[in-house]
Amino acid sequence: MTSNASASLTISVTELTKKYGRVFALNAVSIDVRAGEFLTLLGPSGSGKTTLLMAIAGFNRPDSGRICFADEDITVLPPHKRGVGMVFQNYALFPHMSVFENVAFPLKLRKISAEEKHHRVMEALKTVQLSGYAERGIDQLSGGQRQRVALARAFVFGPKILLMDEPLSALDKKLREEMQIELKQLHRQLGVTTVYVTHDQREALTMSDRIAVINEGELAQIGTPREIYNRPANQFVASFIGESSFIPLHRNDSGQLVHESVAVLPVPNEETGKEWSLVIRPERLLLEKPKAKRTNGKIFFDGVITELVYQGETAIVMIELGNGKIVTSRANTRAGDDVDSLELGQKVSVSIDKNDAIVIPGGTK
Amino acid sequence: MSWWQKAASETQVTHRQRVWLYILATIIMFLLVIPTVIVIPMSFSESQYLEFPPREWSLRWYHEYLNTPRWVNATITSFKVATLTMLVATPFGTMAAYGLFVSGGRMSKMLFFTLMTPMIVPVILIAIGTFYVFGRIGLVNSIFGLVMAHTVLSVPIVMIIVTSALRTYDLNQERVAQSLGSTRIRAFFEITLPQLKFSIVTAALLAFLTSFDEVIISIFLSGGGNSTLTKQMFSALRDYIDPTIAAISTLMILLSTGLMLSLQILGGRGAR
Amino acid sequence: MASPEINKIEHLNADKLLAAERHENLTIFALSLPALIAVLVVIVIPVGWLFSLSFLDSSGQLSLVNYQKMIEYKSYARVFKTTFNVSILTTLLCILIGYPLAYFLSQIPRRYVGFFMLTVLLPFWTSLLVRTYAWLVMLQRNGLINNFAIDLGLWDTPLKLAHNLNGTLIGMVHIMLPFLILPLYAAMRRIDPHALQAAANLGATPVQAFWQIFVPLSLPGVVAGSLIVFVLCLGFYVTPAVLGGGRVILVSMQITAILEDQFNWGAASALGVVLLVLTFAALFLASRFLKLDEVMFGKR
Repeated sequence: MTSNASASLTISVTELTKKYGRVFALNAVSIDVRAGEFLTLLGPSGSGKTTLLMAIAGFNRPDSGRICFADEDITVLPPHKRGVGMVFQNYALFPHMSVFENVAFPLKLRKISAEEKHHRVMEALKTVQLSGYAERGIDQLSGGQRQRVALARAFVFGPKILLMDEPLSALDKKLREEMQIELKQLHRQLGVTTVYVTHDQREALTMSDRIAVINEGELAQIGTPREIYNRPANQFVASFIGESSFIPLHRNDSGQLVHESVAVLPVPNEETGKEWSLVIRPERLLLEKPKAKRTNGKIFFDGVITELVYQGETAIVMIELGNGKIVTSRANTRAGDDVDSLELGQKVSVSIDKNDAIVIPGGTK
Repeated sequence: MSWWQKAASETQVTHRQRVWLYILATIIMFLLVIPTVIVIPMSFSESQYLEFPPREWSLRWYHEYLNTPRWVNATITSFKVATLTMLVATPFGTMAAYGLFVSGGRMSKMLFFTLMTPMIVPVILIAIGTFYVFGRIGLVNSIFGLVMAHTVLSVPIVMIIVTSALRTYDLNQERVAQSLGSTRIRAFFEITLPQLKFSIVTAALLAFLTSFDEVIISIFLSGGGNSTLTKQMFSALRDYIDPTIAAISTLMILLSTGLMLSLQILGGRGAR
Repeated sequence: MASPEINKIEHLNADKLLAAERHENLTIFALSLPALIAVLVVIVIPVGWLFSLSFLDSSGQLSLVNYQKMIEYKSYARVFKTTFNVSILTTLLCILIGYPLAYFLSQIPRRYVGFFMLTVLLPFWTSLLVRTYAWLVMLQRNGLINNFAIDLGLWDTPLKLAHNLNGTLIGMVHIMLPFLILPLYAAMRRIDPHALQAAANLGATPVQAFWQIFVPLSLPGVVAGSLIVFVLCLGFYVTPAVLGGGRVILVSMQITAILEDQFNWGAASALGVVLLVLTFAALFLASRFLKLDEVMFGKR
């Protein structure tokens, strides 16, 4: 398997709609996947992300919409003609075949000569580090090994698109994290356009070139992991990816966003809504030393500690603000940070850098 | 602590306290098995009257069976009908079970129930109904008519077994095969079918036994040169107790237990 | 109203997708077509024909005479009463005998179940004609049961066991028992053992735990098994015909008798229709208490 980015295809999904009864599993979703990109579909269960993946693979027929690979409309093409490699959540290995036969299956269908077939299967098994396992039965493999066989089988025939449906969810945490890195490396090596479904936001952040956040059948946001984390477009994305506290902001007449009659930030764009929310990531909310100087570049809040949770490298501090809102700060437990001296009920100040402050339209629930 | 003072239940009842249950269960198991196998020793009796235990052992009734053309012909007919029923009902039932399982809508649930009606409708009704209708189109006393009726009785059994096998089968395997370039039909034959093999063989053997052991429809639909074994046995039973039937019964018990036991053993090995 | 342009985008490819969907549904439907045709030929048309025959009198005129006779003639009422009584009695006896055995099987370690279960499966696999024959032989005046009982001193002179209600019941219970035990055993195995531990933990004696926890939890299995037994008994033919010796007439036997003696298709069909209605009524009643597809077809 040599790196060959030009062998990958773009996928363009246009206005894809699928209804189950009255519920929209997909509501006019449009997404463009770039050639060679690793795109993750991230969303809670039932959000429609798997429906979308299955529609791309051809196993779920949408009600309307269009799916193109490069310029070719494949919306009604049967799955076996789409030429996409697919890895299922439970691997779906063929238990009545050996590892070799599993990986050779797509090559056999393409009537590839025995010699060439053997060569390519062995190459694929080497790529997934299973060189000595060709003659094993599927039931003799561990979960991680099965995962690798499923992967090898999906790319051995040189598909230009690879689809994966929560492929790591059956593995334990440690193995999952190893496989995330391996999958990422494999993607770099193969250069194949990859669409990956997961409900695990950390996995999505770790692996993806871009993330498409799906919620209730609609595309909530699409962007790089940094964009998604640092600039969530709405409350759903902000709360689904990473932890967030929300503080209601009000827009005054001079275009400033106001918290408890203190103007904190300018309105970020032309939107005219009155109600806005400040999104605060806990690790960016800093506990201030008593009587710390209130600099211009930061927003300050005063409150009372309502909960302290020690978690080893960090500690969670929950602070109730004057208006009853609770914000969470994640503090380092280094000696200098004095987390140990904090007490429940203690009055504290916290601050956030204005560059770290995220403002999204809409009120806070 | 001896074995029978140990706890036998979640509520810490000991085996000793459960002895009454073990005795009762043993008696019931005897009552279930003895009447099933008792004809086996009796069939080797020399006497005209069936005795247990036989005073004199002989193969007289087996000779009688093998040398009576009526019995031999009926046996051949039964084997023919049962084999044909198996060969028709197994693909019919498997196809229907697979189709209805993968589509899985409300419509397929209705069709499933329709195909299950042979298990609910009293067989006597099917017997006289087909006797009436088949009589008009000349299918009474024909192998074809009997096979058709027995097929309908067997299809639900095949469907139940295949459907329950499909429930434990991962249909994603078929999807993955398709994504790898296999047509749906090829995916079924290369991936799904080999894994349903055991269930389908089980279903086929049960279809065979269903037909072979069926009495009521056979009484009405078979006759003349195409009388089945069960029809002949039933008419013989109503007149007097013919000891030949003990010999035939023994052979039928051996056939059905042999088939089912080999399946159990095969299944046990397959599960490992 | 949306403009045509927007409308077009909203339903992009919708026609093609619908056509593909229809084609696939049709293909899958075609798979069950052979079986459906067979059911049509063997069940729907014949039973429908009988249904229409039941509304014709002997001269071929439309009439309710066949059903009127059923109400007027005492012999019909007796047949229905016998059928009902025999079915109920058989079902009750099956519960009485089957419950302890199912309980036993559910309590022993799973690795031994296979062996003991053979005692239920062996009769289940054996032709019912063969088992009926065995009972006929054993229940004779000088058959195994009478000889055994006299040797043991249970009774002095041979009892008449075959060719009457006793023989019919004995044979039917033996044949129906596996139909009760198998679903009942499955239901008992599904009972969560923790429920009994919890009961004991809350102070229930083993006997109390059995009656107040185990028995109620096993009831769905009892109902399911009884339903199967009862429905099968309603239409039962072979065993009562052989072991009843003409003294126990059930509906199915009456139907054949009418056909053999009078060749009266109308009367026989009417009886058949009533039998079918009774069967469906029993199933319908039961379906209000439990999921029928689980009972009949072992779905889970």
